[in-house]
Amino acid sequence: MIYLDHAATSWPKPPAVIRAMADFCDHAGGNPGRSGHRLSLAAARIVYDARELLAELFGVPDPLRVIFTANATHAINLALRGLLRPGDRVVTTGIEHNAVMRPLRALEAQGVRLSVIPCAADGTLDLHEASAVITRDTRLVVMNHASNVSGTILPAAAVARLAHAAGAWFLLDAAQTAGVLPIDIQALGIDLLAFTGHKGLQGPPGIGGLAIGDSVDTALIEPLVRGGTGSRSEFEIQPEDCPDKFESGTPNGVGIAGLRAGVRWLLDHGVEAIRDHEFELTRTLHEGISNIPGVTVYGPQDAARRTATVSFTAAGRSVSEIGLRLDDEFDVLCRVGLHCAPAAHRSLGTFPGGTVRLAAGAMTTLDEIQAALAAVGHVVQS
Amino acid sequence: MNEYGVVLFHTTSSAMRAEKTLLRQGLTIKMIPTPREFSSDCGLALRFDWSQLAAVSEGLTAANVEIAGVHPWG
Repeated sequence: MIYLDHAATSWPKPPAVIRAMADFCDHAGGNPGRSGHRLSLAAARIVYDARELLAELFGVPDPLRVIFTANATHAINLALRGLLRPGDRVVTTGIEHNAVMRPLRALEAQGVRLSVIPCAADGTLDLHEASAVITRDTRLVVMNHASNVSGTILPAAAVARLAHAAGAWFLLDAAQTAGVLPIDIQALGIDLLAFTGHKGLQGPPGIGGLAIGDSVDTALIEPLVRGGTGSRSEFEIQPEDCPDKFESGTPNGVGIAGLRAGVRWLLDHGVEAIRDHEFELTRTLHEGISNIPGVTVYGPQDAARRTATVSFTAAGRSVSEIGLRLDDEFDVLCRVGLHCAPAAHRSLGTFPGGTVRLAAGAMTTLDEIQAALAAVGHVVQS
Repeated sequence: MNEYGVVLFHTTSSAMRAEKTLLRQGLTIKMIPTPREFSSDCGLALRFDWSQLAAVSEGLTAANVEIAGVHPWG
């Protein structure tokens, strides 16, 4: 079986991730921060250590500002709904996932003013267009680091500079890039970083987070959920301390333990080394698909400007038929359709038909890419 | 002379940060449920040998660990 759906979730996970989750259940089964006994402490240590590792990975100055959430969507909702008020102006791009667009459309209905920077047909963003849209009354700019459809990498540092010049915060959705591209929130100028644990970070589903830079006063962020935190228990008012303000209820300790092992695996291997590996895969995949007659590939030509996610369509073939045949006849697993990103597909010109998306990951081999290319060639030409 | 001291915290995360910091310094400490005589925000407290008060204070300050208080105990 050839798994090319890493943009949806990475698979297989490093064995250390699975071991860490089993170990958590066996040896650290207490509720972190709720009790003082050894099992609760063991769990709390793992949770805190995971915060430190994520802070190290993303260059977050204060590990207590790494907030655990269920996934990137939850983190994006926390940032957008926590910071934006009716009358505020928010800017996004034309290549976003519904994780960004749906909360923004809901906020728009509540009086938040929304502007979208148009993207080119390869998903790229023109900085002159961006600077024209990011005006001085902008409160926040939210953008994905790379498209989950076309793999297009967006210029995070440059857009962060435009946001800051306008006095706005910059929220980066790193669902497709955490663990795939080097991310240092201080070097890139990211005020808020939303990430998920189950893709490039090699962890399990159900765990993600929001890293908040020192540039954002957390008193301004409304929590999405309020409740027990194990702290300031004598009060019925939500505490203001990070991370407790944003982490009510028992955390996903098993997920955090798995994510911690995933981030350790990443730090041991080095994000740069993984990026080099995926760059080679991307180049082969992109060139190979582009050379198949009758196939249209979306996104930038230059492999340096894309992640290992490649979307294509084939003349006269529905994407669902291609996906089914790749799975049934060639054991190639991919994702077809709109990928929860209608806005991105509109920019790419592939709405509503969608695309076939092949997404490689850290565990993918060059042999698998070659075999998948042969399979795609066979399916679209027979 | 008191045998022990306790450090109190606002959050479990700060308590964990303190434990990690002081263990790295080689100090003998133990995380305990916060003694009921102290009104504390966090259920966990850090117990240390009172004779090591200076090292504990310096370590927590240097690592920028937010605490809710330090008290002699026991």
